[in-house]
Amino acid sequence: MGDKTDVWQGTLALMILKTLEAMGSLHGYGIARRIEQTSGDLIALNYGTLYPALLRLEQEGSIAAEWGISDNNRRAKFYTLTRVGRRQIQHETRSWEQTTAILARFLNPTEEAS
Amino acid sequence: MRHLRAWLRRIAGIIPRQRQEQDFSDELASHLQMHVDDNLRSGMTPEQARREAHLKLGGLEHTRQAHRERRTIPFAETLLQDIRFALRQLRRSPGFTITAILMLALGIGACVAIFAFVDSALLKPLPYADPNSLVDVAERGAMLPRSNLSYLDYEDWKRLNTVFSSLDAYSGSGFLYRTSSGVEPVFATRVTAGFFRTLGVRPILGRDFYAGEDETNAAPTVLLAYSTWMNRFGGRAGVVGQTISLDNTPTTIIGVLPKDFHFAPRGGAEFWATTHARTPCEKRRSCHNLFGVGRLKDGVSIKTAFAEMATIAKQLEVQYPGSNQDQGAALAPLSELIIRDIRPILLVLLCGSALLMMIACLNVASLLLVRSEGRRHEFAVRGALGATPRRLIRQFATEAALLVTCGAMFGLSAAYGCMQAMLHLIPARRIANMPYLQSMGITPHVLAFAAAITLLAMAIFSIAPVLRLPITGLREALNDGARGSAGTVWRRFGSSLVVLELTIAVILLVAAGLLGKSFYRLLHVDLSFEPSKLSTLYISIPSSTYKKDEDVIIVTRKILDRVSALPGVTSVAVTSVLPTSGNGNTDWIRVIGHPFHGEHNEVNERDVSVDYFKTIKASLVRGRIFNEQEDRTRPRVAIINKAFADKYFPGEDPIGKKYGNGDLGPDSIKEVIGIVDNIRESGLDEEVWPAEYKPYNQDSDTFFALIVRTSGDEKSLLPALNTAVHQVDPGIGTTDPQSMEQRIGNSQTAYLHRSSAWLVGAFATFALLLSVIGLYGVVAYSVSQRTREIGVRMALGAARSSVYQLILKEAGRLTITGILGGVICSVASASLIKKLLFGTRSWDPATLAAVVFVLSLAALLASYLPARRAASINPIEALRTE
Repeated sequence: MGDKTDVWQGTLALMILKTLEAMGSLHGYGIARRIEQTSGDLIALNYGTLYPALLRLEQEGSIAAEWGISDNNRRAKFYTLTRVGRRQIQHETRSWEQTTAILARFLNPTEEAS
Repeated sequence: MRHLRAWLRRIAGIIPRQRQEQDFSDELASHLQMHVDDNLRSGMTPEQARREAHLKLGGLEHTRQAHRERRTIPFAETLLQDIRFALRQLRRSPGFTITAILMLALGIGACVAIFAFVDSALLKPLPYADPNSLVDVAERGAMLPRSNLSYLDYEDWKRLNTVFSSLDAYSGSGFLYRTSSGVEPVFATRVTAGFFRTLGVRPILGRDFYAGEDETNAAPTVLLAYSTWMNRFGGRAGVVGQTISLDNTPTTIIGVLPKDFHFAPRGGAEFWATTHARTPCEKRRSCHNLFGVGRLKDGVSIKTAFAEMATIAKQLEVQYPGSNQDQGAALAPLSELIIRDIRPILLVLLCGSALLMMIACLNVASLLLVRSEGRRHEFAVRGALGATPRRLIRQFATEAALLVTCGAMFGLSAAYGCMQAMLHLIPARRIANMPYLQSMGITPHVLAFAAAITLLAMAIFSIAPVLRLPITGLREALNDGARGSAGTVWRRFGSSLVVLELTIAVILLVAAGLLGKSFYRLLHVDLSFEPSKLSTLYISIPSSTYKKDEDVIIVTRKILDRVSALPGVTSVAVTSVLPTSGNGNTDWIRVIGHPFHGEHNEVNERDVSVDYFKTIKASLVRGRIFNEQEDRTRPRVAIINKAFADKYFPGEDPIGKKYGNGDLGPDSIKEVIGIVDNIRESGLDEEVWPAEYKPYNQDSDTFFALIVRTSGDEKSLLPALNTAVHQVDPGIGTTDPQSMEQRIGNSQTAYLHRSSAWLVGAFATFALLLSVIGLYGVVAYSVSQRTREIGVRMALGAARSSVYQLILKEAGRLTITGILGGVICSVASASLIKKLLFGTRSWDPATLAAVVFVLSLAALLASYLPARRAASINPIEALRTE
């Protein structure tokens, strides 16, 4: 159980960070919608799980939060990337690429043989 | 770094903040609002839009909970809750809390304080390099198992042995140290040049003695003890190279010893000089005044070393039969020499404090059990409302930990206070003999020990109530009727705790009784003189001023005259060694006309003035006492004690008989003119040796004791004695003014007996108190549980006396079992304490009887109070309340 959520939380964190990198400043609801869109609606995100992840990133100093006004004139808490966050994106992207590359070798072993 | 930051923020989050909770609620609300807005825009009905938004979020409360858990550390947060709850619980019953904390503080404090002594005396290594390879080297005499080395023997031992990488010697000494205000006798030690290298001690300032600095032609030099450097020379670095006057000899200070250096056999020595100036004694093989310290070569055991030294001693016996017959070797680890006296006492005290701690723990545990009984219902309700068993157990553990932590903190501070107080109570002279105690304090060792017993207590207290908790049978516990049966179980459990407590109390009381009795015996040992109203003072005549024996005798007479003129003085005398100082300063004798094969007939040798026996009120058994005219020009005479007469003149009349040294040198031949009682020259716990008393007129010394009988107060006379001596000559040194009774009371053996008797006595008193309180608690609880039963009995016609009987019988059974167990245990463990006893058997029927009586009485009182309450129960009310 714990392992699964850890992996999930790890990926979710990266998704949040990448979303914020692309969109600049965004509120929690916006981030959730954006993740769903980007994934081509393949992820059915339970929006509630987003908030502990956001809190964690905030505690780690990767993102900063501030109350603001949304496009539709609603008060909302906006999240933005910090310098620490940008570094974390680089770091985590690299480790994800590594992981997927390794996995790819297992999934397509023929390439290895040739 | 990132994770650390996150953790720090989570730890900060343990302190709950309303604002954070509100902030997140706002965020969620805005989230839902935006979602609903979107849903409405996509054409849902308001009802649908709201439903869908909530669904997608996955539950409002669930999200809040997840967020909260991320915000803080859940475990720490509940722990904080537990602590707060426990504090509230403890505050609600202050009586219980204070009692428990005080008992724990007492137990822990006693244990820690005693352990600190054990740590500084027995555990801490001696301040020398590799102290385990250091050996105390001495000779074995016919009567003294460890006697001094003679200098010439030492030189042979050093030359011939192959087991020591170095062997050095030391000798007690004193100097007359000239200060700006006059001369002062100072305590010193003379050592051979390699002494400090053998110990592995380096001066912190200046240099060590170089090899050969103890040769007779070397210039006089001296090392300062650290405290001397501080107290007499203000800690100035320039002190090295300075010249001081010791015994009127200019002596150069060459260095300062380290602060933590101590050498218990010569504790209190202020100056460390070399043996370069040989005393007359050191030129004779038959005169013994040194002890040796050797460092074993790698891989050599003390057994091997002993075997070799014994062989060497044997060779010397053959070579020098006159002086060395029966002189063997005695070797022991140096640490053994230093801590031998105090170890058995400390071990007994440690056991005593551990037993006290056990009683305290048992008492607190039974209090906790009573509480847990009272809280069965509460815990059952909490369990029914969904608290997990783990959480309930944690609650108990938290309470126990809080109690024990408080107790430990109080105990630790009490222990610190006790240690300081005890250190101050120890007279300076005793501290000098136990210098290792000065390093005592709250050391890491002591802290670790305190932590260990604290953790142990915590573990016991968290487990004890849990055993009795209705974790499994919640439903039965909720049922009120179950209380009666639970009470029975507790009564049985609590009873066995009380029996254990009473057993321990008996053991401690018996130990205290035995120690007290042997201390009494020690102080009332037969002295054969009257110690009250005697003032004493040691006097040191500068031999540079009074070069000849005649000069010394003349100045001694002057002192006697001057002192006898003081108001209140009824009689005054001098002796070379004061009574009760201990066996030693011996002479080897040979009776003329008796068979002799070179054996060493050792007798205590004392040089006294004419009025000595009159002054100390010792009775003359036969013959006469010498007179002032019997000086060096007259034939030598001696008075002997009864032990001497019994041992060397069995079945003869010694008066008129003559004896001398082993070689019967003409100077040594003395005629016995009188027999006195066995004046206690030996220490209080030593056996009485044969002794000879010679007129100081015929054998004077520059160091002796003045002993004065007064009709006034013997302590207030002491300063006047000092002044009187200095009026004769300000260059005469005086030291250690004490009344005879002070001297006896402060002697090492009396001191050790007294302190162990007092400490174990204190432990026993507390143990008695605690166990009686424990008994009272159990009986009182039992009465409260049986209120209904007693009510029924009385309603059915039971008389009050039969109720008394009922309760007292129960208490009596516990008491008798406890006392019986205690008596058996203390008889079984008596051998532990045997070493500390003097003139008392380790199982003494009188002590046992007294303890049984005292404890029974206390137990009767403790059970009478609840019994009276039981008997005064109003049956109608008792039946109504239940």
